[in-house]
Amino acid sequence: MTPWLFLAPSLLFVSVMVLLPFGDAVRRSFFSAMSRKFVGLGNYIAVFQNEAFQLAAKNTAKFALVCIPLLLLFSLLLALILNAVKDSRGVFKTAFLLPIAIPVASMVLLWRILFHQHGLLNIALGWVGLESVDWLNSGWAFGVLVFTYLWKNVGYDMVLWISGLSGISPALYESAQIDGANAWKRFWRITLPGLTPTLFTITVLSLLNSFKVFREAYLIAGSYPDDSIYMLQHLFNNWFLNLDVDKMCAGAVLMALVVFLLILALQRVWGKEKSR
Amino acid sequence: MKLRRYGMLCVLSFLSFFVIVPLWLLISGSFMGGQEAAQNFAPVLENIEGSALWPLIPRYPTIQPYVELLLDTPQFFGMFWNSVAQVFPLVLGQVLIGAPAAWAFARYDFRFKKALFLLYIVLMLMPFQVTMVSSYLVLDGLKLMDTIWAIILPGAASTFPVFIMTRFFQAIPASLTEAAAIDGAGPFKVFLRVGLPLGAPGILSAVVLGFFEYWNALEVPLTFLKDKSLWPLSLYLPSISSENLGVSLIASVVMLTPALLIFLFGQKYLEQGISAAGMKD
Repeated sequence: MTPWLFLAPSLLFVSVMVLLPFGDAVRRSFFSAMSRKFVGLGNYIAVFQNEAFQLAAKNTAKFALVCIPLLLLFSLLLALILNAVKDSRGVFKTAFLLPIAIPVASMVLLWRILFHQHGLLNIALGWVGLESVDWLNSGWAFGVLVFTYLWKNVGYDMVLWISGLSGISPALYESAQIDGANAWKRFWRITLPGLTPTLFTITVLSLLNSFKVFREAYLIAGSYPDDSIYMLQHLFNNWFLNLDVDKMCAGAVLMALVVFLLILALQRVWGKEKSR
Repeated sequence: MKLRRYGMLCVLSFLSFFVIVPLWLLISGSFMGGQEAAQNFAPVLENIEGSALWPLIPRYPTIQPYVELLLDTPQFFGMFWNSVAQVFPLVLGQVLIGAPAAWAFARYDFRFKKALFLLYIVLMLMPFQVTMVSSYLVLDGLKLMDTIWAIILPGAASTFPVFIMTRFFQAIPASLTEAAAIDGAGPFKVFLRVGLPLGAPGILSAVVLGFFEYWNALEVPLTFLKDKSLWPLSLYLPSISSENLGVSLIASVVMLTPALLIFLFGQKYLEQGISAAGMKD
């Protein structure tokens, strides 16, 4: 009985705020909001045929596919370098973690001045003789978004990698060194295999964070950004403004399914790696 | 060997510039007077020919914009207060509701525990797009749309802090809770006297992570608050950027300050919290 008493407030909150309404959303996704008639998969078909949805889904997927590998690789490199300079890493670790604390909103003005047509970045490009680019209102906006996302999240993943690295027994390295394995070999044979459990969690958490990139996108470009950074959240906001409840419900159920399947798939792949 | 180490330190220093320089520009920029800022940024903000300028140190440093902001801009205080009034109760609610739940998951065995914990993990991984319509349905039903409760209640129901705190409560040695129980402490006393003090780092980790998350909130207030007078700073700031430059620069710094202070004192908990999220069971 006792554990349920401890759990009660949380269960109550989660049920009322999330579970029950989500159940309701699932039900609504099969009905028309206007006529309250059962429409089967009609709402889902409407969502899939929606051009804005296709664009947003494509961009969100593209963003995750480009960003997550970059983020994983870059943060792993940082973690490895920091591990190699152990005694003097404190200051650098602090520096790379800082962007987690920096609210995106407070960087908006600086980012605008940096990336504008007449902005600081283009001046720097001018010095080396390159053409200036309108970073935020062209396909380049996607690149700016990727950069901003990496800038903000690299510290988070770096900490995860470092704690993964610290879980690898030093004895393994010592015995490998005695056996004459060089640094490169030690990295491939000990470090990387030792990090595979970390890889799964980092991928899942980074995937989750990549859905939040709307913040950066909204702040650098507002509600109607360049097509290349039109994300799912922009679309949901539009649906919300038009009170398109049936589309929102169908969209939410679809998203939940996709996220759930992705996590399952990652767990599958990771489980195989581990048993190898 | 020495050379390689030197090279690595160079790479790290170079990369940290990407963080230090923007921060420095922002803080030193806040001492630019409104006039100097307007002049420097005109090519960008008014889209005229020429190039924007952001000097490393303002030519005419002044604290006048600070005075202006603190004395003459009551709406700014309103926004700052909105942020505080939304973020602090939200995080407090997460702890009050989440800590006992985390204690149950960490220290007790009960039916459905595994399934329930899995459900909590799945919920914590769901993006806002998934829960947005559900939250809207409830808030609309309770007539809470367009009030600060529309931010606080869904936030307090987040399962992420429960997950983090569970990790820390699990690490408390069983001998300690058993000793307290033998001394005659009931389950609630054990939680209050042993769990909370020893699990404090976990609670602080959840608080620090939660603060950074919600101080930066955008999606939720943007959808659930139509009334602009309720907007938190994180949402309001981008919309003042071009109108009132001097003030907007300082507002950025003012918004940044609590986050930096919490970072300064809580970096340890931030790191522990992130690592705890990465631990496998």
